[in-house]
Amino acid sequence: MRGEGRIAYLNARLLDPASGLDATGALLIEDGRIADFGAHLFRTGAPSVNEVVDCKGMVLAPGLIDVRVQLREPGAEHKETIETGCAAAAAGGVTTMVCLPNTDPPVDDVSVLEFIARRSRELKRSKVFGYAALTKGLEGKEITEIGLLRAAGAVAFTDGERALADAKVMKRALAYGQTFDALIVQHPLEASLSAGGVMNQGELSTRLGLAGVPKVAETIQVERDLRLLESTGGRLHFAHVTAPAALEAIRRAKADGLDVTCDTAPHYFALNENAVGDYRSFAKVMPPLRAEADRQALVEAIADGVVDIVASDHCPHDQDSKRLPFEQAEFGVIGLQTLLPMTLELYHNGHLSLLDAAALLTARPAARFGLPGGRLMRGAAADLVLFDPDKPWTVSEEDMLSKSKNTAFGDRPVQGKVLRTVVDGRPLYRADGF
Amino acid sequence: MSPDRGIDFSHRHLLGIDGLSPADINLILDLADSYVEQSRRVDKKSTLLSGLTVINLFFENSTRTRTSFEAAAKRLDADVINMAVSTSSIKKGETLIDTAMTLNAMHPDVLVVRHGDSGAVQLLADKVDGAVINAGDGRHEHPTQALLDALTIRRRIGRLDNLTVAICGDIAHSRVARSNIHLLQIMGARVRVIAPPTLLPSAIDRMGVEVFTDMRKGLAGVDIVMMLRLQLERMQGSFVPSVREYFRFFGLDREMLACAKPDALIMHPGPMNRGVEIDSELADDIDRSLIRDQVEMGVAVRMAALDVLTRPLRAAGAAGGLEPGGAA
Repeated sequence: MRGEGRIAYLNARLLDPASGLDATGALLIEDGRIADFGAHLFRTGAPSVNEVVDCKGMVLAPGLIDVRVQLREPGAEHKETIETGCAAAAAGGVTTMVCLPNTDPPVDDVSVLEFIARRSRELKRSKVFGYAALTKGLEGKEITEIGLLRAAGAVAFTDGERALADAKVMKRALAYGQTFDALIVQHPLEASLSAGGVMNQGELSTRLGLAGVPKVAETIQVERDLRLLESTGGRLHFAHVTAPAALEAIRRAKADGLDVTCDTAPHYFALNENAVGDYRSFAKVMPPLRAEADRQALVEAIADGVVDIVASDHCPHDQDSKRLPFEQAEFGVIGLQTLLPMTLELYHNGHLSLLDAAALLTARPAARFGLPGGRLMRGAAADLVLFDPDKPWTVSEEDMLSKSKNTAFGDRPVQGKVLRTVVDGRPLYRADGF
Repeated sequence: MSPDRGIDFSHRHLLGIDGLSPADINLILDLADSYVEQSRRVDKKSTLLSGLTVINLFFENSTRTRTSFEAAAKRLDADVINMAVSTSSIKKGETLIDTAMTLNAMHPDVLVVRHGDSGAVQLLADKVDGAVINAGDGRHEHPTQALLDALTIRRRIGRLDNLTVAICGDIAHSRVARSNIHLLQIMGARVRVIAPPTLLPSAIDRMGVEVFTDMRKGLAGVDIVMMLRLQLERMQGSFVPSVREYFRFFGLDREMLACAKPDALIMHPGPMNRGVEIDSELADDIDRSLIRDQVEMGVAVRMAALDVLTRPLRAAGAAGGLEPGGAA
């Protein structure tokens, strides 16, 4: 693969949500960094470069940042490895990932964090950053060494797929974390109300005879944590919010000036609970897919800016973990390769401009999680995605490059195709003709 | 009553009542009437299923239902194999689909399956060549129980339509309740559910039933009172505080029954908790209680189910086509 020296991307639709740029122009990469870009570039004469890429009018944007993925390494390499996850990321236009600490062993210690960072450096693929566990062993009892882990590169702190239930521990984490400017990420589900539940609580769960998780389990956890944030200070982020009342609480808290943000995942705004009808375990996720009215409220909250970020919540599971009776199957779906087209649905359906849709995947996560990239900037690493926002294709399990194929979007027709993914100037993925 | 042997059942499996038509249900009930007569003879056996293999695959302990299916299959001369799969062997790593594929290789013609997880029987049915009868899956469905309840009512009262049936007790955790709600409504009966709110599943009213949390009010004008078993472990989960409180407000005794129609009848899928959900002496009152009839009708309905599900296979066999046990 080439990618050395000076590379010119010509005839591109430059899209930079951070600055609001949406214009035809060119971009020059020099030794892996963005040397220059804009409508003015190369307007006169052919550039003197090592390589020219004709973008054919397609969108050239900052590489996507996915702040919630599980790469399963170390501990569950039969489901995914950092390498296979990076292959899926490249095909999905994702140049930066932040992976959850629920590995085996969990990332509650500097050494595990350094292992992940080293694997990422060696692979030279999409950039992998790590969350650290918020509590030791993800057990919800004692906070981890937030200062040391932060110094070792932990982007944020969370107990992953477990809600931090103990109010006192959460209060102390928010308070103590302020010294290190630590972002605390909560999986907002009140544990006793959600225990045993496998899908949204409502008519469908009653018909299917499955135990439900009520929306109020999410709302209660969000409201409690917002009260703690209000009294203690700190920086708080809620992962994959699904409940309208929880979104409303976050909206109010933002208006009151609290330092709070939230994300959601494509399956929550693109699917509803009917996807689990017929006991389809590939649509089994936690929190569960909600009712259609809730899905619509979530789309509105994204359009209104209450939801700051879209993350894939990429959660690979092998066949043996999914092809089980619904109640026994694992929670979670993969999402790295569908993150872009699913988010573009919000644009195609008229809920967001293309710039705003892209911001959910670039500038906003970069700003909140303090990550490099996410914007077009001279001197910055050339982490880019070139995509056709309109091209239709159909999602299929066979095309998923993850080691696990548990997509919830199998056979779904989508629009928006990645043509080229570039990290540090090197193309990691190229569609035919690009 | 003379069942029309020319009408075919329109489903390959019997996985639930939801999705059946009144014609499907009447076909089974009409046939079951004839099997009641057969079962009352000294020689109870016919040779309808000779040469066919029925496997009873029970992932949950059940003596009553398994015995009922076994008696039904044997009266039709099928070869019956009982498999009780303890949950521990499942934990050793064999998945439900592995089990299904293993059994499928033995060419069973009918698999009767009970499993503790909702939807598990359907998952298994998708993987095997024979017909599958759901003998209860989690909280989802227990279709032969609803059919035997319907047969019991129809034989005593003569119809299913224009009756008001109250289903009382632990609706939330009950597959019997769900199958009965579907069947009774398909056949034109009105259904009420009566339980404390903690034992009602969410949005149950969306299934077309009337919901009562006061048993006296709920029983007013009712023709049939179906009691459900209260699992005693519900006391631990804060569903109900105690047995004595439950019996006081949701148990059925003569005084409570007096709120229903004067000739209202009592049913219970068994096994009963005497003194928890139903007064012991009332349960045994043959003028009011249909509980023993239900057990008898269970065998007949299961014979009818085995009959209709094996018809395509038997027809092909008679024409010299498919071998028994082969893929239909």
